[in-house]
Amino acid sequence: MEIIWYVLAAAGALACAILAISAKRLLVSAIWLAGCSALVALLMYLLGAPEIAVIELSVGAGLVTVLFVFAINIAGDESTALPVPLPKPIPWVLVIGLIALIGWLVIAQLSDGALAGQGSDNFYVALWSQRYLDVLLQVAIIFAGVLGMMGLLAEGKKRHVEETPGSDEEKA
Amino acid sequence: MNIYIPHIILGVAFLLLGVGVYALLATRNLIKVIVALQIMVKGAMLALVLAGRETSQPGLGQTLALTVIVADTIVAVIGLTLAVQIRRRFGSLDVKDLTRLKR
Repeated sequence: MEIIWYVLAAAGALACAILAISAKRLLVSAIWLAGCSALVALLMYLLGAPEIAVIELSVGAGLVTVLFVFAINIAGDESTALPVPLPKPIPWVLVIGLIALIGWLVIAQLSDGALAGQGSDNFYVALWSQRYLDVLLQVAIIFAGVLGMMGLLAEGKKRHVEETPGSDEEKA
Repeated sequence: MNIYIPHIILGVAFLLLGVGVYALLATRNLIKVIVALQIMVKGAMLALVLAGRETSQPGLGQTLALTVIVADTIVAVIGLTLAVQIRRRFGSLDVKDLTRLKR
């Protein structure tokens, strides 16, 4: 019975992903992406990772969607009906080849038993004891993101300051 | 043939990866490119959580998935910032219009 929830969530996530890339309007695309994030979070919850599911739901479906809507409002919701840069069969061939290659590698790893290890089964112990370097890396990455946003906001201010003296000279 | 939960999750992870790669190859809009990257990363996160669960070390898989979520969010922030700046300077979100970088 439990498997039905997995199948429904998996099919929904896949459908949302396909609709996100095929939507003509960028805003619609962002909303389908949020739906895909929410269903992936549901799958993670079903897999026994509630902490990651909550983070994915709040960050992936919440924060990232807000960022997309903000950026689309600034950049404009122009139509994405542009011609495909590659002849149509090439992307399909590449995608099928890539999936086959990764699938072959994963199946080889699983059959060798190479994934077996002695890690902790507790998320908090694993995060704060075994992967502490990851936490530091995450702080550095978040700092880079904050700098990126500041760069975006500072650009508008700089232009405003540059324009003001020019207008004064014209008046003189 | 019996279908088990790992088969479903692995299948959807591969298909999300495939959808993302196809969109990366077939789209020319910068914001759509970031959407495609997000879809690919969701497949990778599912695979990480599944790998942790299947190897009896779920904490490790979840920790790596958390790192991927943080990195993916910052990639989206920087990518959208670049897209907005490119739109302001070039007046378009089409990647074909960025050929000035080649010269």
